[in-house]
Amino acid sequence: MTPDAQLELVTADGRRVSTESAPCPLEVRGLTVSYGEKPAVFSVDARFPSGSMTAIVGPNGAGKSTFLKGALGIVRCLAGEIRFFGRPFKETRRDVAYVPQRASVDWDFPARVIDVVMMGLYREVGLFRFAGSRHRARAIECLSRVGMQDFADRQIGQLSGGQQQRVFLARALAQDAELYLLDEPFAGVDAATEHAIVTVLKELKAAGKTVVCVHHDLSTVSAYFDRVMLINMRKQAEGPIAEAFTPETLQATYGGRLAASQIDELRLGSA
Amino acid sequence: MTTLDFFLQALTLQGGYNSALVAVGAGLLGIAGGGAGAFVFLRKRALVSDAVTHATLPGVAIAFIIMALLGGDGRWLPGLILGSAASAAIGLMAVEWISAKTRLGEDAAIGAVLSVFFGLGIVLLTVIQTMDHGKQAGLDTFLLGSTAGMLIGEAVLIAAAGAVAVALVVALRRPMTMVAFDPEYAATLGIDVRRTDLAMMGLALIVTVIGLKIVGLILIVALLIIPPVAARFWTDRVDRLILISAAIGGVSGYTGAALSAAAADMPTGPIIVLIAFAMFALSLAFSPLRGVLASALRHRRFQHRVHLRQGLLALARGEAIYDRLTLRILRRRGLIRGDGVVTQDGRGAAGRAQLDETRWTTARRLRADDPVLERYDGLTPIDRILTTDQVAHLDSLLPKPEST
Repeated sequence: MTPDAQLELVTADGRRVSTESAPCPLEVRGLTVSYGEKPAVFSVDARFPSGSMTAIVGPNGAGKSTFLKGALGIVRCLAGEIRFFGRPFKETRRDVAYVPQRASVDWDFPARVIDVVMMGLYREVGLFRFAGSRHRARAIECLSRVGMQDFADRQIGQLSGGQQQRVFLARALAQDAELYLLDEPFAGVDAATEHAIVTVLKELKAAGKTVVCVHHDLSTVSAYFDRVMLINMRKQAEGPIAEAFTPETLQATYGGRLAASQIDELRLGSA
Repeated sequence: MTTLDFFLQALTLQGGYNSALVAVGAGLLGIAGGGAGAFVFLRKRALVSDAVTHATLPGVAIAFIIMALLGGDGRWLPGLILGSAASAAIGLMAVEWISAKTRLGEDAAIGAVLSVFFGLGIVLLTVIQTMDHGKQAGLDTFLLGSTAGMLIGEAVLIAAAGAVAVALVVALRRPMTMVAFDPEYAATLGIDVRRTDLAMMGLALIVTVIGLKIVGLILIVALLIIPPVAARFWTDRVDRLILISAAIGGVSGYTGAALSAAAADMPTGPIIVLIAFAMFALSLAFSPLRGVLASALRHRRFQHRVHLRQGLLALARGEAIYDRLTLRILRRRGLIRGDGVVTQDGRGAAGRAQLDETRWTTARRLRADDPVLERYDGLTPIDRILTTDQVAHLDSLLPKPEST
């Protein structure tokens, strides 16, 4: 038996119960990222348990995206300890898929939809070899999960914003990871896309994967996610929706920028 | 013999051993330049490569001075290439350092480095002119390139380095493509973005230093940029872009060198660049994919489809049509008569357009989030997107079919 293996017990109704808690997919301690001398994220601790779906929520410029980028080592951290599945990111890349903001790339790049999805198979195809029909089939399957299989040979510049977002999601699906980190996947997308993305994310959760999503739409947080992390440079709250997504925590995060009526609209129960 | 005869001879490698060697060398240089340039272009680093090429000049001059002072031949090409590579690398590091550590943008850093290095190089060239052997040095041919009096060893060196550059392009195409499209995502997959960028600029550097002799340092950047820009008109795929770009570079280098060998006193570099530009201009005008003519035609065809559709819907609703283009299109298709009265065909087509419109409206209302319906563009008939069964089902749901 390898040291990583765990005993598993199965309850009467078929649920698996681990005898020992699996390593947490993403655990961050004291994460601090600074642009120049103004910290964007200051000393944030957070845990994202296995199989959970967490929304990272906060006002504009609160460091939501920076938090993800810092955890992934895309931007350099001033301080902090980051563990993916209990290990450094270098050793666990295979299990982590990142979906960057759609606006972060130039969509006039000469590539077809299928080429972008195949990028998710980069490590599998290997550095010098050519992708084969097996890889193409995998890519098409990922495209069909987001309803884009008919667009495989389309030039990416011809896609709508929502379609671009779904291509990015398909690329992450191609990695077949355990942890999915998404940066604003619902920003500026159409209803069909929002529906398709939520469906895929819930499928991932049902398959035991972990999802972390930078999210800006407060009204859908409780419908789409089971956990929330509120951030405004510092972490304001973190936990299951019922505990962490309250008028008090929202007020603390948005610091009065959120009108009381807006909070009421979220129907968070009596304050 | 006329110049044309010389040119044809050189083009078919009949113009003597030396000019054949130069033409092949320039062809390989062009292939390497087009291939490496494809990544420089995709990564939007064209200006950086311009700074790097200009930064070679002081290195050439200093290498000459050192070799001459040591009593050797100051024009020994491998020595000059090493010198130019060293100063170009310093120039590249200077650009990166200035844009990373100061608040200046990369454009400012490029402008500063380019002019300072080039100025220093010109001063050093003038110093060389005053040295004992300086007058015969002929270093000024490095500015605009020359194939006259090239040694066989030099041509072989250029050809070999060009082949190495081509091999590197093939080997590194995947990480370089990933970094050019989406560097942050590439980083999460474990691609070292900094090193990949360095490799890309290293490739550009190789092309620059081996192109010094033939094309010259002022214009070598054109061999990195024009071929991929021209190739972009022909394809939407990176792998093909690299191949086409390399082909355009290769043809430019080969024919340019042959032409300048045939006509005495023709500067090689500018000729090569002009040929590359001619291919760019042809691509811009005539490429069926992204060329100007094809785009204009496509736009016109699309405009006609829109007018036809609008015209048919207007006919179906019995509205008057005033737009001349719409009337002309309807008339040409025999849908209305010369006096504007609807023909039998016209009535049928208008009914079909109206039915299609109703089907689309209903489908989009009932199945708002069905991705299939994303292909709605107001023009494509829905029965070309849905199956016959689906359309039949849809028809049973229509509020009240207006067509006959």
